[in-house]
Amino acid sequence: MASKAQQMPTGLKITTFGFIAIWFIVASFPFFWTLWGSFKVELDFFSINDWTNALTGPRTEATYGTSFTGAGYEGAWIKEEFWKNVINTAIVCFFVVCTSLTIGTLGGYALSRSGFRYVFWLLMAALIFRAMPPVTLVSGYLLPFFEWNLWGKLPTTIIVLVAINQPFTLWMLHSFFQNIPKELDESAKVDGCTQFQAFRHVIVPVMWPGVITTGLFSFLLAYNDYAITTLLLSESNRTMVPAIAAFLGTTQTEGNVMFAVAAVVSAVAPLFILVMFFQRQIVSGLTAGAVKG
Amino acid sequence: MKHRTFFWFFLPTGLAMLLFIAAPIVSVVMQSVFAPHEAVLIEVENCTPLSGCTTETTIDQDATRDLRESAPLGRFVGLDVYLDRGHLAVSEFKEAWATAENWGQFFDSLGNLPFYRAMAFTLTFTFTVTPLLIALGLTIALAVNTLHRHLKGPLIFFSLLPMIVNPLLGSLILFWMIDSRGVLGSLIQYLANDPGLSLKASTPLMWISLIVYGVWHSAPFAFVVFYAGLQTLPQDQLEAAQIDGATRWQQVRFVIIPHLMPLMTFVALIQLMDNFRVLEPIVGFNASAHAQSLSWIILNDLSGETQQLSAASATSVLTIIGVAILLSPVLVRTWRDFKGKT
Repeated sequence: MASKAQQMPTGLKITTFGFIAIWFIVASFPFFWTLWGSFKVELDFFSINDWTNALTGPRTEATYGTSFTGAGYEGAWIKEEFWKNVINTAIVCFFVVCTSLTIGTLGGYALSRSGFRYVFWLLMAALIFRAMPPVTLVSGYLLPFFEWNLWGKLPTTIIVLVAINQPFTLWMLHSFFQNIPKELDESAKVDGCTQFQAFRHVIVPVMWPGVITTGLFSFLLAYNDYAITTLLLSESNRTMVPAIAAFLGTTQTEGNVMFAVAAVVSAVAPLFILVMFFQRQIVSGLTAGAVKG
Repeated sequence: MKHRTFFWFFLPTGLAMLLFIAAPIVSVVMQSVFAPHEAVLIEVENCTPLSGCTTETTIDQDATRDLRESAPLGRFVGLDVYLDRGHLAVSEFKEAWATAENWGQFFDSLGNLPFYRAMAFTLTFTFTVTPLLIALGLTIALAVNTLHRHLKGPLIFFSLLPMIVNPLLGSLILFWMIDSRGVLGSLIQYLANDPGLSLKASTPLMWISLIVYGVWHSAPFAFVVFYAGLQTLPQDQLEAAQIDGATRWQQVRFVIIPHLMPLMTFVALIQLMDNFRVLEPIVGFNASAHAQSLSWIILNDLSGETQQLSAASATSVLTIIGVAILLSPVLVRTWRDFKGKT
């Protein structure tokens, strides 16, 4: 954008800048507003008289003496035991990411190194499975899970989430491994390695960038899932998202909406940090499938 | 790679997909053609010396339990579940068709049938959100591309947030703001000069809110993909267009958009499929009285006190068919690519 001909006229510059500013506000303002409001009492955050109450917090000051209060957080984390849901989410995410990366790496590597026809059909099947809305599969799980007493437990949900995650993981890792030259592991095989040894000693050391990107998306899937976790987990094993959905039913009637607001802010905060550190990987993961077409 | 080695490498992931995706699909299809057993009724004759004999019908608890245990799937009903009032509602559909005097009346009576009501919302949502988000994503990408590089990073960061946050949490955040006592709700009341206005109370306004949420949630994805596409835009083509005297708009229309066309198709197909399964915003906006989607019906059938497995299964199969129709262009294209390669 150096040449004079490509410089924008001032009017267009201002319009563009204004548009960007508006988008910036639209994208980020709701998060800041809710973060700020989560430290107020309900009558301030949902103020009938004057919306500026949510900013200054007169009712909060009247109740607690300061204009910021952690009452919503206290109510959510301690009274409603949200910390249990946080721990459940941590367990689910950790095991989903580890398992799905382990088996996905093996499968994706095999797909990228085998030239047979069935590879195409396997990838097609994965594509179809990827398009399947997870909620449509749940009615297929329920009968056997009740029968074998597997319903409601964390390991069951972890395995289901791993399986649902596989198609996407396979596609990502398949295209990533295809960019690693075949000569690398073939020369190892010439030197007498078996296929697995070649994978273990030659491919594993160089695969981390792709695995980290794929892992991020596995994490997001497990962290954000609603349909599977809400239908397959018992009340004591709930992760954060279904727990918040369940809050809504109970808290709205009891006037404890602020608990839900605090819980939502607590659940969004880790994602905020995640994007901050892994922005480049997320962007490259989103575009990887697209740019190659 | 030998078949044998391939098999062992692929076994874990293949098994996971087979057991937890392929098998459930088969089982969903099976369940959709079975209905729960009806209770076994027996007639008992009660004879007392004074009043004579009466017969009464009671439920034979033992026989019912035996029957349910011997065939847990239920009784085979064929396509009955699909055709009943909760799904395709064939007889109601025919009646509406026969009695309605004009199109409006016909659609009104269809609106009372849960499946068609859900279908109407799902399709409206899918086919309004997708073009809107592509247009918005493209505009943002073009605008951000002109910015100084120090500003690009933070902007992408904040743009990613609406997309990365779970739809349920994102829609809750927006829902609290458009509440009639929330900040946006107050603003809308002020702008419309109607202090009693509530988005929650009106069906069209709720639909619009859901669509706005859908665009807000998915536009970042389109933006990121298009932005990446813009980085590969050949500069000499743009310069050639300038030399030929193309205006800025003509450059966008005839150089940039054709260059991004494959990406647009990609985003459109992905988003059509994703928006078709819309579920969380309806839960987050507490909008089920005004808008229902197919996924929401499944969730509702499954999470009630009594789980209506066969009803949920039938809706699941219908949803899968819908996704399959949307997916078919992708499959055809992949198949052609594959044919071309070999």
